[in-house]
Amino acid sequence: MIEAKNLNLYYGSFQALKDISMKVPEKSVTALIGPSGCGKSTFLRTFNRMNDLIAGVKIEGDIIVDDMNIYAKGVDVDSLRKRIGMVFQKPNPFAKSIYENVAYGMRVNGVNDEKLIKQTVEESLKQAALWDEVKDNLKKSAYALSGGQQQRLCIARALAVEPTILLMDEPASALDPISTSKIEELIHELKKNYTILIVTHNMQQAARVSDHTAFFYMGSLIEFNETKTIFTNPENQQTQNYVTGRFG
Amino acid sequence: MKGRTKKRVAELIAFNLFRIMSASIVLVLFSILAFIVVRGIGVISWDFISKMPEEGMTKGGIWPAIVGTMCLVAGSMLFAFPVGVLSGIYINEFVKDNWFKRFVKLMTNNLAGVPSIVFGLFGMSLFVNTLGFGDSIIAGSLTLGLLALPVIIRTTEESLKSIDKYHREGSYALGATKIQTIRRVVLPLAMPNIITGFILSIGRVSGETAPILFTVAAYFLPKLPSSMFDQVMALPYHLYVLSTSGTDMEASRNMAYGTALVLILIVLILNLLANFTRRFLNKKIKQ
Repeated sequence: MIEAKNLNLYYGSFQALKDISMKVPEKSVTALIGPSGCGKSTFLRTFNRMNDLIAGVKIEGDIIVDDMNIYAKGVDVDSLRKRIGMVFQKPNPFAKSIYENVAYGMRVNGVNDEKLIKQTVEESLKQAALWDEVKDNLKKSAYALSGGQQQRLCIARALAVEPTILLMDEPASALDPISTSKIEELIHELKKNYTILIVTHNMQQAARVSDHTAFFYMGSLIEFNETKTIFTNPENQQTQNYVTGRFG
Repeated sequence: MKGRTKKRVAELIAFNLFRIMSASIVLVLFSILAFIVVRGIGVISWDFISKMPEEGMTKGGIWPAIVGTMCLVAGSMLFAFPVGVLSGIYINEFVKDNWFKRFVKLMTNNLAGVPSIVFGLFGMSLFVNTLGFGDSIIAGSLTLGLLALPVIIRTTEESLKSIDKYHREGSYALGATKIQTIRRVVLPLAMPNIITGFILSIGRVSGETAPILFTVAAYFLPKLPSSMFDQVMALPYHLYVLSTSGTDMEASRNMAYGTALVLILIVLILNLLANFTRRFLNKKIKQ
């Protein structure tokens, strides 16, 4: 159960998110769309408190994850981030071997059992549909992989710490069409077990992969509904204009 | 059409001018090297490298000076490298961007601009006298270390700054703490560049004369050090002695060039070694 309640976010004096309330459906894919600078990425990053890293950010309101307000005092941000995986716009594997990239999350969280790590690495790579391509080269540097493979490695890396939620910030925007379709297939598979939030610039992609879509404009949540409804019969005129390509 | 030709000609002139400038820099370096090699190669022999100076430093070898310089390079780096890298990490990763950080950075730059003879006087006053180390390897190493600190701090800082924020975020997103992220993700990526700063410092430290003048260097000491509280001879100072205040300057002229050649070779070898390490680390990252 994930929910944003009256969320406001400020970068200094600039308000980037305005009074956003939204319940994210579980074990399905929710797409966040909107023109550049509308706040969709900022909103995504509030769920694992990634915005904490930016100086001068102020947040009001609540984000509830599994009945807990993650912005309450005394929340352990590190263990929160372990439960909420994130995949970034640019593939960002570490300067380590393929195996160690996937093992990293476990190691920093204190797992020492090498057998368990090995097993989880294999499972995660299988889940990310990368195992068959890399199983003979696990010791090779992650940088030897193609961009699409690197992004699937980053997904495997996120899965290895067993999150329940996956945040994806334009995960395919730096990839070629074939790699993109592989990532999309993967998202389709993963939603059986994970709640997925995905930011995308590509409206076809939102239509293809998501069950629900939220349209953001100038820091406000304009409309949130089933993806089919958003793309065929939106309630709001601005949503209509955006999805039909009249602006953005 | 005519304007175009004119532009082409101007471009050609400019390019060639730059080319000549770059070539002349290489030429200067090569002339210095050639000059020293030609004058110094004659005295280079196994005895010159492995023996003690004899007959008022006009005969024999420079072995104690070689050992002394090695001790000082090792000692100063043992002190300056960890301190410098840790300060660089602290300044770049832990201090918020405020007046204090800017002040520390400004002061680091100022420290780099302090003349080396001032470091020498400071080292004498603090390490030799106040702390009572006397003229010793430890006093000289610490003085040289202070001199090398700003370069190491700055290169560490710059190499950390150049690491893409995506790498840090990727680590944080998996629940890693700040220290874990720096140690396991950021530092390995920054290491090749940090090593570059280390190389530069080694070159500088091994050639400095002024800071060791009052803190460690011996005019003539035909024995090897047995502890870090001993005085040593050092190549740059030995070179200075041979060319300005030796017992018989004419007789030791060639010895001076030989000493210079050995000093340059040592710096070259250390640089190559460090360069090799940097390449090795870079390669390890990339494959």
